Amino acid sequence: MEKVYAGQTVSVDKEGYLTDLAQWNKDIAIEIGKEVGINELTDKHFEVLAYLQDQQRKEVALSIRGVGKSGIVDIKQLYELFPKGPLKFSSKMAGIPKPKSCI
Amino acid sequence: MKKLVILGAGTAGTMMASHLIKKLKKSDWEITIVDQYKTHYYQPGFLFLPFDTYKPEDVKKSIDEFIPKGVKLIREKIDFIDKDSDTVVLENGTKLTYDILILATGTKTAPGEVQGMLGDYWYKTIFDFYTFEGALALRDKLRDWKGGKLVIHITEMPIKCPVAPLEFAFLADTFFINKGIRDKVDITYVTPLSGAFTKEKCTTALTYLLKDKNIKIVPDFAVEHIDGENGKIVDYGGEEVPFDLLVTIPTNMGDDLMSRSGIGDDMNYVPTDKNTLQTKVKENIFALGDCTNVPASKAGSVAHFQAEILTENILLYIEGKELKPDFDGHANCFIETGHGKALLIDFNYEYEPVSGKFPFAGIGPLNLLTESRLNHWGKLAFRWVYWNMLLPARKLPFITPKMSKAGKNFD
Repeated sequence: MEKVYAGQTVSVDKEGYLTDLAQWNKDIAIEIGKEVGINELTDKHFEVLAYLQDQQRKEVALSIRGVGKSGIVDIKQLYELFPKGPLKFSSKMAGIPKPKSCI
Repeated sequence: MKKLVILGAGTAGTMMASHLIKKLKKSDWEITIVDQYKTHYYQPGFLFLPFDTYKPEDVKKSIDEFIPKGVKLIREKIDFIDKDSDTVVLENGTKLTYDILILATGTKTAPGEVQGMLGDYWYKTIFDFYTFEGALALRDKLRDWKGGKLVIHITEMPIKCPVAPLEFAFLADTFFINKGIRDKVDITYVTPLSGAFTKEKCTTALTYLLKDKNIKIVPDFAVEHIDGENGKIVDYGGEEVPFDLLVTIPTNMGDDLMSRSGIGDDMNYVPTDKNTLQTKVKENIFALGDCTNVPASKAGSVAHFQAEILTENILLYIEGKELKPDFDGHANCFIETGHGKALLIDFNYEYEPVSGKFPFAGIGPLNLLTESRLNHWGKLAFRWVYWNMLLPARKLPFITPKMSKAGKNFD
C-alpha cells in the first residue's frame, strides 16, 4: 500500500506504519503526528523518534521500559509526549514497524 | 574432552540436554546442566490451578527425573558468566569452563517493578497466577469469593504465554457461571495493547468471545501504580479502573544473572539472533526459550521448536560450518475458551494466526482459530505429551519446527 505524506509517496502496511525507514523524514513524522492527535512536535519528540529508529536498526525489540531507560525521557514523560499510545504512536511517527504482540 | 554447559533445567534446558546427549559423542563431549531448584513445574498447568481443575501434584515433578542419563546435573545457584574466559562461576565458588554455553534460564515475574503491586494487598486482593504460589493463593481466594469487580490485567509486554491472561478471563467466566454467581461478577480485561486480539484476522474471528461472555475490555492501559487500599489501578494518563479482585500479570524479566554478567538488555533478556539462536554476546554462547530477546512468543511450544533447530546449529558450529537461519518464530498454542472448548493457533514471525486445519491439510483433525471440544481435549492431553515426549526430546509426529503453510487460509 502507498500513502502520500508531505507531498512524498511512501509504502505503508495496513495499519499505516511505514515499511521502509529510508523513506522517512521529519515532515512525514509531523503529518503522522497530526493524524494521531499530536499537533506540535518538539525537539524531545524527535529525540525519542531518533532513538526508536536507532533501536530498530539494531533489531532491538521495543518496550516502554526500554524507552524509559534510554536517558532521553522517563516513562511518564513518554506518555506526556505521546498520549494514549506512547509506543504505538511514536513507532508510527518514527517510520518503524508497530511493536509486536502475540495474537 | 570438550565441555558443553547448559544453564537452566526448565523446559528449554531439559529439552536441549535430551537432544544433545543423543547427538554428541560421549567420548568427546561432557554435558553439564546447572539449576538451583529441585522441582520442574508444568507451567501451562498454572492456568488451571486457580479453578481447581488441576491439583498441585498434577503440575510438579522432580527436575532429576528428566535429566537424561549421561548428563551431569549441578544443583547450585549461578553467580555469573565470565564470557571472556569461557567460565561460569557458581555461588559456591566452583568454576565451570566451557567450549559451548547454552542459556535457558527463562523469565520470571517481577511484581516489585510496579508501585503498589507487592505489599499489604498482595495475595489478599491482588494476585498473579504465573507462579505456583500465586496460582494456589488465587485458588483459595476464588473458593470463597462472593463476587464483585474482577479485573484481569497485563502490566507490560513481553510476557510468558501471551494468551494465558485471555484464557484466564474465559475460564473465569465459565467458573462463575458454574458457581451460579456470574451475575454478581463484573469481568474487565485491561491490557497495554490496543486490543485483546491485536492481529487483524484474530480480531475479526474472535471478538465475539469477549462479547458473548460479557467481558469488558480496557485497551492501551499502561499501569503507573496500583492503589490497593482503594482498589484501583491507575495508568500514566490518569485513567483508573476499580477492582475488588485484581488478577495481574506482573512485568516479566529475564534472570538477574544476565545483568550480573553484563550480557542482558534492560529487561535482562539476552540479545540473540532471531533465526540462528546464536547470541550476540559471543559466538560460542547460544540461547533459547524465554531468556532470549527474539520477537517470538515466550511459550513452551516455541522452546520446543527452537530446541530442534538449535541442536542442528550446535552440531554445525562444532563442525565449523555456517549456522542455519532456520528458526522462523513458529508458535503453536491451544487457547482455552471455557465451557470445555478451546481454540488452536499456529503462527510465526511472518504469518499471523489464520483459520484452517492442523496438523493435516484439509483433514485436521484440529481446527485452527475455531472453538472445539477436541482442541480442549488436545490441551489437556498436552500435559502427558509434555512430560513423556517433549522433555525427553522424542519427536512429535507430524509437527515440524518450521511452520507449515499447508491447509491454512491465507487469502
